[in-house]
Amino acid sequence: MNRFEYLRPATAADAVAAAAQPGAAYLAAGTNLLDLMKGGIARPDTLVDITRLPGLDTVETLPDGSTRIGALVRNARLAHDAGFARRYPAVAEALLSGASPQLRNAATAGGNLLQRTRCTYFYDTASACNKRQPGSGCDALHGDNRLHAVLGWSERCIATHPSDFCVPLAALDAVVETHGPAGPREIPLEAFHLLPGDAPERETVLQPGELILAVRLPPQAAEFAAHSRYLKVRERTSYAFAVASAAAALRMEGDRVAEARIALGGVALKPWRAREAEALLAGQKPDAALFRRAADAALADARPSAPANAFKIELARRIVARALTLAAAGTPNRIPALPASPFAHQTGGAHHA
Amino acid sequence: MSSPLTLTVNGVQRRFDLDDPRVTLLDLLRERLDLTGTKKGCDRGQCGACTILVDGQRINSCLALAISHDGADILTIEGVAHGDALHPVQAAFIQHDGFQCGFCTPGQIMSAIGLIREGQAGDDPERVREGMSGNLCRCGAYAGITEAVLEAHHTLNRKAEQAA
Repeated sequence: MNRFEYLRPATAADAVAAAAQPGAAYLAAGTNLLDLMKGGIARPDTLVDITRLPGLDTVETLPDGSTRIGALVRNARLAHDAGFARRYPAVAEALLSGASPQLRNAATAGGNLLQRTRCTYFYDTASACNKRQPGSGCDALHGDNRLHAVLGWSERCIATHPSDFCVPLAALDAVVETHGPAGPREIPLEAFHLLPGDAPERETVLQPGELILAVRLPPQAAEFAAHSRYLKVRERTSYAFAVASAAAALRMEGDRVAEARIALGGVALKPWRAREAEALLAGQKPDAALFRRAADAALADARPSAPANAFKIELARRIVARALTLAAAGTPNRIPALPASPFAHQTGGAHHA
Repeated sequence: MSSPLTLTVNGVQRRFDLDDPRVTLLDLLRERLDLTGTKKGCDRGQCGACTILVDGQRINSCLALAISHDGADILTIEGVAHGDALHPVQAAFIQHDGFQCGFCTPGQIMSAIGLIREGQAGDDPERVREGMSGNLCRCGAYAGITEAVLEAHHTLNRKAEQAA
């Protein structure tokens, strides 16, 4: 780890001023940043510790029914907040399917949005990586790329975004509240992360020094609470990133789907909202054939970034179809013992959607 | 430039003058307080050997900068027994052979104490296994670990009921 200067500002304005300087980075829990610094992948000159900033660690319901999640709220606290989990069960299930209990006790909501890809070539400083070192190339393109992107990738970068939390947030139209050198602004979560294009080193729309204050779920997001699931295939039962995942949320009217929300994880460099698949479900009676058509629509633009990851397209289709099946069956009263696992007992839906 | 830092470690207030902000809680415990019960396994948040409780919550001490935790209350494996009387989780690990080589054991025990305090797993073995998934055991003592955590859960619940 390189040496750095450590600052602990008392106000958001001081933090923004300090972090706008070249070479500065925000420190919250540090569960991703310190790992990257130990590997020499991140080498900030200054760490601006925001953990003591006031007012960023609360979950509050706003007068219009929105829920505002402070940037410093820990993953575990949010997932185990009974009121929150009741209104946004897919978000709670996604949180509990990520990382380990120790990491979830530390990791923050804002940090989750800003976590870096887990591409092994990004992590290996001896490899070429356009994201870590712009212009150096992409060793993943012709390397071990089984788990790489099948949507939205470019020849410059085929990495995926590792977040579970962001997937249901994208499906539920979450908004990111920030404060930057130019003042406050709001960014739809769906527009927060950037696809790689020609500049994979640019990962989000944040400007230098811009600080995440909160993530807000709009009032409508709670209308899906009775039919919401997150489903995540991993290479081991627990404590692993998604090979592919999906959040599915349905607002039912009688026996028909009034409105559907679908987003995928592990398939692109951002949480992937599937609006065409959602439109196909509106007004329909749910059944296996319909869910399969929605899954086909969700992956319509997918193409493998290498032959080794072609399987992820059909895997993702099946995850979407099964997540919809589980959502239609109804949100379980309690999050399953193995959150988001397709191998969990009594998941309440067909196992071979 | 050095920075002052105060921590309560196993009930005792300790003051430090930190000459380097890179020091993690793990390195501070091991190198500056000689509390070497907390183990450095991967040092990257993957194995759980460094698990401690900070303000009552289990975390990976290898991914926590000491300077950022000024004022925190820390519990390590050295602080859980009362003299010769083992903590119920320690006793249960011995009773159920919850270890072989022992390297991961302090982290497993601190994680189990945290898990039982969180109150999410109860007596469901599947939830206990999921709740202990942040602690790797290369000897593969997982079956004994799960039994130990379940027994300790019952012991601690009985004690809480008797105290009530």
